Amino acid sequence: MRRIATLCAPAAVSAAAITTALTILAPPVLAETAPAAIAWQDGAIAAPLTDSPGDAGRGAELMATRPLGNCVACHEIAALPAASFQGNIGPALEGAATRYSEAQLRGIIVNAKNTFDGSMMPAFYKTDGFIRPGDAYTGKAAPADLPPILDAQQVEDVLAFLMTMK
Amino acid sequence: MQKAPRMARALAGALAAAALAGSAIQASADPVEGVDLVVNNEITLTTRAPAPAHLDGALPEVMSGWLFREDATRAMQMDDFDNPAMVFADMGRDLWGTTDGAEGKSCASCHGNIEEMRGVRAHMPRISPAGDDLWSMENFVNNCRTTRMGAEAWGWDSNEMMNMTAALSLQSRGLPVDVAIDGPAAPWWEKGREIYYTRFGQLELACSNCHQDHFGDMIRADHLSQGQINGFPVYRLKTAGLVSIHNRFKGCVRDTRAETFKPGSAEFRALELYVASRGQGLSVEGVSVRP
Ligand code: HEC
Ligand code: HEC
Ligand code: HEC
Repeated sequence: MRRIATLCAPAAVSAAAITTALTILAPPVLAETAPAAIAWQDGAIAAPLTDSPGDAGRGAELMATRPLGNCVACHEIAALPAASFQGNIGPALEGAATRYSEAQLRGIIVNAKNTFDGSMMPAFYKTDGFIRPGDAYTGKAAPADLPPILDAQQVEDVLAFLMTMK
Repeated sequence: MQKAPRMARALAGALAAAALAGSAIQASADPVEGVDLVVNNEITLTTRAPAPAHLDGALPEVMSGWLFREDATRAMQMDDFDNPAMVFADMGRDLWGTTDGAEGKSCASCHGNIEEMRGVRAHMPRISPAGDDLWSMENFVNNCRTTRMGAEAWGWDSNEMMNMTAALSLQSRGLPVDVAIDGPAAPWWEKGREIYYTRFGQLELACSNCHQDHFGDMIRADHLSQGQINGFPVYRLKTAGLVSIHNRFKGCVRDTRAETFKPGSAEFRALELYVASRGQGLSVEGVSVRP
């Protein structure tokens, strides 16, 4: 019941995004939207968080890396067979882009609790409102300027990979 | 486990923890069925027990962490010769008879054989003799050392302390966990329950998210158990040593990207009482083996 209606027609991953994956030069620093400045619509976020398009290749890597996305801790992602030990806390992500629009998926990555009330899925682009936040996995108190788990560009990268899951 | 009880569990869990909405209901990698934990072909331990009434339906039944481990790990705990924790329990037993401190006493000087301590672990943690605090086994041990032996307190996670608590736990092997949660223990228990359902850290995860809503599921390579403490201290193959209850709690809180509490803190003692009460009826396993 908490699952929202599925909107479709996600944009295709641009060829440019794939080319970026092969670029050795870091993309230039561009304007990005801070967590507090996000415009939400029913759990979805229409506007990209950065000016630079998401990179699906980097997204795939982030999703399998523990201190970062580590989405495979909770989700089976058949498209990432190299990521061993995939968890089954949440649904398998196969076909995620057929069930949700790009804006909805962006919202789910940024803060899934705005889509699934009380979800166990962590909010990946959020910096406040935590109880005893820590400094990553050290067990020590968080610094005053706690960064989100994923930065704006990384959110767009993960999103780009999710959009390939049709 | 069949689908229906799991469903009931997830629903009951969601109701019990009003702050949490239920999560995805899935059945896979469930605990092993139809196996008994018999140690040395002799002592049968209770690894499944009816959920105590004070859980208000949060769990369908309570289960030992042993049921969630792989065959080889489970087997190690079934024979004391194969159980790597026994070496440490033996060292604890030696300490029991070792004189230490200004008074020239050992534990045995007053308590006699360590076998006299049978039953003690099953009721831990409990209210202190003065009645104004909640003490874990470690507090009782250190109280005897400092006030009765004229010896220095052992660190909560020191080898001496873990060896001693291992030796003491072993004496209660097979007895059902039975902690008092009423009277002066009640406020501690309430505090512990509050901590159990609080979504700590940047990952905003409560103990209940993993150990109540998702036991039996996989989180990355880990097969989630109910997070029971009846087997502690446990021997971890990964670190090749004993781990105390509070140290395990600390690791779990740290993994939510949270600022942890300290081993021995009031918060962890309260949590220990609450978690112990969630395993009411399971056997004290003495010293268990974990990956
Ligand atoms: C701690 C576990 C956990 C982690 C880590 C996690 N998720 Fe989730 N996720 C869930 C759960 C549980 C759900 C189901 C929604 C609900 O009921 O709460 C979910 C739902 C989703 C959905 C909707 C799936 C569908 O078909 O309905 C998407 C998409 C998703 N997650 C993507 C991700 C991505 C991308 C990451 C990594 C950046 C991630 N998740 C990390 C637990 C997790
Ligand atoms: C000088 C005598 C003395 C010595 C030495 C001593 N104890 Fe005690 N201990 C007591 C007394 C007295 C009590 C409280 C009476 C009771 O509750 O049984 C007690 C209580 C305990 C308890 C709590 C028992 C319970 O029923 O809850 C534990 C555990 C304990 N001692 C462990 C130890 C250990 C371990 C050592 C050695 C490191 C030790 N004691 C040394 C006298 C002693
Ligand atoms: C993100 C999921 C997660 C959360 C949240 C979590 N744990 Fe755990 N915990 C684990 C995993 C994984 C293990 C190792 C496998 C197992 O036994 O479940 C574990 C193991 C344990 C164990 C050892 C069980 C045994 O039989 O060896 C205890 C006790 C425990 N947790 C207590 C807690 C408590 C108390 C909290 C809340 C402060 C908590 N955990 C929060 C994931 C979690």
